[in-house]
Amino acid sequence: MDVSKLSLDDLISDMAARVDERIRSFAEQTPVMVGIHTGGLWIAAAMRERMQTEIPLGELNIAFYRDDFSRIGMHPHVSPSNLPFEVEDRHIILVDDVLYTGRTIRAAMNELFDYGRPARITLAVLIDRGGRELPMHADICGKTLSLKAGEHVKLSGPEPLALVVKENG
Amino acid sequence: MTHANIQLDENGHLKHFLSIYGLDRGLLLSILDHARSFAGVGDRAVKKVPLLRGKTIVNLFFEPSTRTRTTFELAAKRLSADVLNINISTSATKKGESLFDTLQTLEAMHCDMFVVRHANSGAAHFIAGKVAPHISVINGGDGRHSHPTQAMLDMFTIQQHKPDFTRLKVAIVGDILHSRVARSEIHALATLGAEEIRVIGPKTLIPTDIEAMGPRVFHNLEQGLEDVDVVIMLRLQNERMCSALLPSEHEYFHLYGLTEKKLANARADAIVMHPGPINRGIEIDSSVADGRQSVILQQVSHGIAVRMAVMAMTMGSLADTPTLESRDEV
Repeated sequence: MDVSKLSLDDLISDMAARVDERIRSFAEQTPVMVGIHTGGLWIAAAMRERMQTEIPLGELNIAFYRDDFSRIGMHPHVSPSNLPFEVEDRHIILVDDVLYTGRTIRAAMNELFDYGRPARITLAVLIDRGGRELPMHADICGKTLSLKAGEHVKLSGPEPLALVVKENG
Repeated sequence: MTHANIQLDENGHLKHFLSIYGLDRGLLLSILDHARSFAGVGDRAVKKVPLLRGKTIVNLFFEPSTRTRTTFELAAKRLSADVLNINISTSATKKGESLFDTLQTLEAMHCDMFVVRHANSGAAHFIAGKVAPHISVINGGDGRHSHPTQAMLDMFTIQQHKPDFTRLKVAIVGDILHSRVARSEIHALATLGAEEIRVIGPKTLIPTDIEAMGPRVFHNLEQGLEDVDVVIMLRLQNERMCSALLPSEHEYFHLYGLTEKKLANARADAIVMHPGPINRGIEIDSSVADGRQSVILQQVSHGIAVRMAVMAMTMGSLADTPTLESRDEV
């Protein structure tokens, strides 16, 4: 499918509404939003503007938690994670742009637990493109795509946000 | 083609960290960038990241040290590595084992990194040239030659207070002659483009050829401090002095000890640094060491972040060359 025809604005508004609903159904837990650097953070910020609930936003950079350090080494520029709130006992809305193998989410959850014990984690992603290698699923998903092997979907942004599908061999 | 720098792998990544000399500005800035990312780890509930899990790091100390060894140890532990502290002066070499045999023995235990401190200049370079290819070596101070992690933690501390190196006047004060820290700082400051580097001390404690490295030499502390942004005090290294280079400690303090009055010659927002341990009342007055402009304790905390950065970078160099594309995909 042609991803450039997708209205990201509609997808994000729809996700924001479902995050609001999710927060209401666990009203006894204080919600916070955490975007995964960089695409996840852009989506989180865009959703936050459209949500009814006021919610603090943090940024997670999972570079130090990746499982491929021994194969690819250090990422050249790692901006520090910034969670300006307690993680302990919070309802965390974890946001990423694309859900693929599930390894990023594994790394993100490991890092979150090093800040404290969340009461609940809700995973919200803009695109689920399949191809999972770990048992992860998104609670809230903007759009499911089925891509061919060797195809990758990438988000560019933050202004404007745009999706492209790239071949790489 | 010049002969390859032993500190870099074939892709230009940091493989060993032996001296500031030979590293370019981009690499030094990248060490500072990584240190900034690691600095926050110490403030979290779990002060660890899993980056070097399963790696074994050996602190190989041929010369006593508390501060450097403990911050290297903490840095390794915060990266989830296993750490072995070996104090060679009280160990196998006393039983006649050669340095080379000690290294081979440790290699046979599948160690991944040696942090080396030695009283002889060039010891870490020597070891880096002998170890198996998968092992990285970090210089934790060799003789009078160099102490690159101390220099980088000082650069990190300076950067936190004064982000633009090109506008800085920096004075290094005291026993330049015996100081590997001073030598490494001068290289680091010059590489990072500091506007002016000064060394201040008595003639007997300043090497005659120091000006060839770039700094201006002053023998009067008040004059040397005029208008500087950063004052780096050095420890008087009595243990390395083999002849009478100084009249007395009292006299030294009178001429070169940093007091509030003398510090008033520097810029009002100047910061005061010291690599520790401090000799209070000899090179620095307590009111300055504990004063508003002192960043001495920050240097200690930053030492952990900078050593984490260097350890992670050298261990990461062993990885296959990544393409930027493959880094983005998980």
